[in-house]
Amino acid sequence: MTVSVRPGGIKEVIPPLSDADVEALSAGDRVKITGVLYTARDAAHARMLPLIESGEPLPIDVRGQIIYYTGPSPARPGDVVGSIGPTTGGRMDSYTPRLLSLGLKGTIGKGARSQQVKDALRAHKAVYFGAIGGAGAVLARFVKKLEVVAYPDLGTEAIRRLFVEEFPAIVINDCAGGDLYVHGMKEYARQ
Amino acid sequence: MIREIHASAVTDAVKKLCMEANYALEPDMLRAFDRALVSERSAAGRHVLEILKDNAQLAVTKRIPYCQDTGFVVCFAELGQDVHLTGAPLAEAINEGVRQGYTEGYLRASIVRSPFDRVNTGDNTPAVIHLDLVPGATLKIQIMAKGGGCENRSKYKMLTPAEGVEGVKAWILECIRTAGPDACPPLIAGVGVGGTFEQAARLSKKALFRELGTPNPDPAVDAIEREVLDRANRLGIGPQGYGGDTTAFGVHILTYPCHITSLPVAVTIECHAHRHKEAVL
Repeated sequence: MTVSVRPGGIKEVIPPLSDADVEALSAGDRVKITGVLYTARDAAHARMLPLIESGEPLPIDVRGQIIYYTGPSPARPGDVVGSIGPTTGGRMDSYTPRLLSLGLKGTIGKGARSQQVKDALRAHKAVYFGAIGGAGAVLARFVKKLEVVAYPDLGTEAIRRLFVEEFPAIVINDCAGGDLYVHGMKEYARQ
Repeated sequence: MIREIHASAVTDAVKKLCMEANYALEPDMLRAFDRALVSERSAAGRHVLEILKDNAQLAVTKRIPYCQDTGFVVCFAELGQDVHLTGAPLAEAINEGVRQGYTEGYLRASIVRSPFDRVNTGDNTPAVIHLDLVPGATLKIQIMAKGGGCENRSKYKMLTPAEGVEGVKAWILECIRTAGPDACPPLIAGVGVGGTFEQAARLSKKALFRELGTPNPDPAVDAIEREVLDRANRLGIGPQGYGGDTTAFGVHILTYPCHITSLPVAVTIECHAHRHKEAVL
C-alpha cells in the first residue's frame, strides 16, 4: 500500500500506484508525493501519440506512474531546476485516455479535464491531481533530482524524470467521479 | 529639439524589465493577496493565497521566475516624436533585450517560430510590439510577460448596441466564468470596449497596466468595473478553482469611440502571475 494518511489528514503518495492506492484518494484530499514523476506536456504527448497508435514502446514505461504536466524554466548553476509549476491539463485531454489505458495512474496539472478523461479515470482507476498553478518557485523546492529521459530537442517540453520529496498536490478528480472544481464552486457560489 | 536615444539603451532597458518582471511581482499584486486573505472564507483558498505569497518572496530572493511560464513579451512602446532612435530599428532593439533578458536571466523560452511547424526560437523572441507615437522627447516602454494558460481563455465578442452596458457586463462575467480554474485564478480581466475588432483587443491588453486597486478615472466605467468584480467573486470559483470568494482581483476597462452599428468587447484574461514593468528613457 503506497497511500497512507498522516497526522493532519494529508495523504502520503508513493508511486508506482496500484488500483487500491487510487481508490484510497478522494477529490479534495491534500497529498504529498514522494518518488518519481515524469514531465510531459503538449509536444511530448504529440510525439508519443503515433507510438501508442502503432503499438510501439513509449520512451517511458507509464504503468503505475504519474505524469506531471510542466515545462520547467532553466536551472541556475547549482540548482536542480528553475521554476516548475503545472500547466493546463485540459490541453492533454485528447491524449490522456490512451495513456490511462496503458496503465498510467496519475496526472498532475491545473484546470478542468474533459468528461472523456473523467470517464477514463473511472474506467482505468486513475487520478488527476492539481498543483498550484503559478507557484513554480515554491514547487521547485520539492524537486531533488532531474534528468532528461526523452526528446531533448524539445527543450522545456522534453520528457524528464524527476525525483520529488513531499511534493504538495490536491486531488481534483478521483476514480469515483468526484470533482473538486465542481464541489468547491457549489459550496462558495453566492447569488 | 531632437533628442537621440541609442538602440543599446532600449535593449538594456528591455532586458532588465524582462528579468525583473519575472522575478518580482509588483506591490499592487502583493497587496491584492493580503486583501484577499482577509476576505476569503475558504480555507483551501487561503492556503493557496499564502503559498502564492511565499512563492513571490522566494522568486524575488532567489531570482528565479515566479512562474515557469515566463510568458510572451507584450511590449507597449510610446515613442516621443522628438526622439531620433539610432543604432538599430526599434523592434530589433526590443527583441535583442528580450533575447538577452531571457537567456541570461534563466527564463523559459516559450515561443515557437511558426504556429504550424512549432519549432522553439530558443530565446523567447520575438515580442509582440505595439507602438504609439506621442508628443515629447522620451521613450516609454511597458512590458508584460503574458502567460499562455490564461491567454488561451481570452475572448472577443461583437455585441449589438441594443445589448448595451448590461450585455458588456454579462460578457465579461461569462469570460471569467469559463476561464475558471484553467486560467490560474485569482484573475484580472483586461477589457477593451469600442473601436474596431483589433482596437478592442489591443485596449484589453493595455488596460492591464493600470495599478490594481485604483479606480477607473471615468466614474461611470468605474461603477461597471466594481459591479462585474463583485459578481465575479460570487461565482464561487476561488483561488485555483478550489472553491472560494476570490475569483478575480480586478476588472480594468479601457474604451474607445465606436461605429453606430457596433459594440465590440475584447477580454484579456490575466492570471495572478501578473508580471508587468515599465521604464522611461
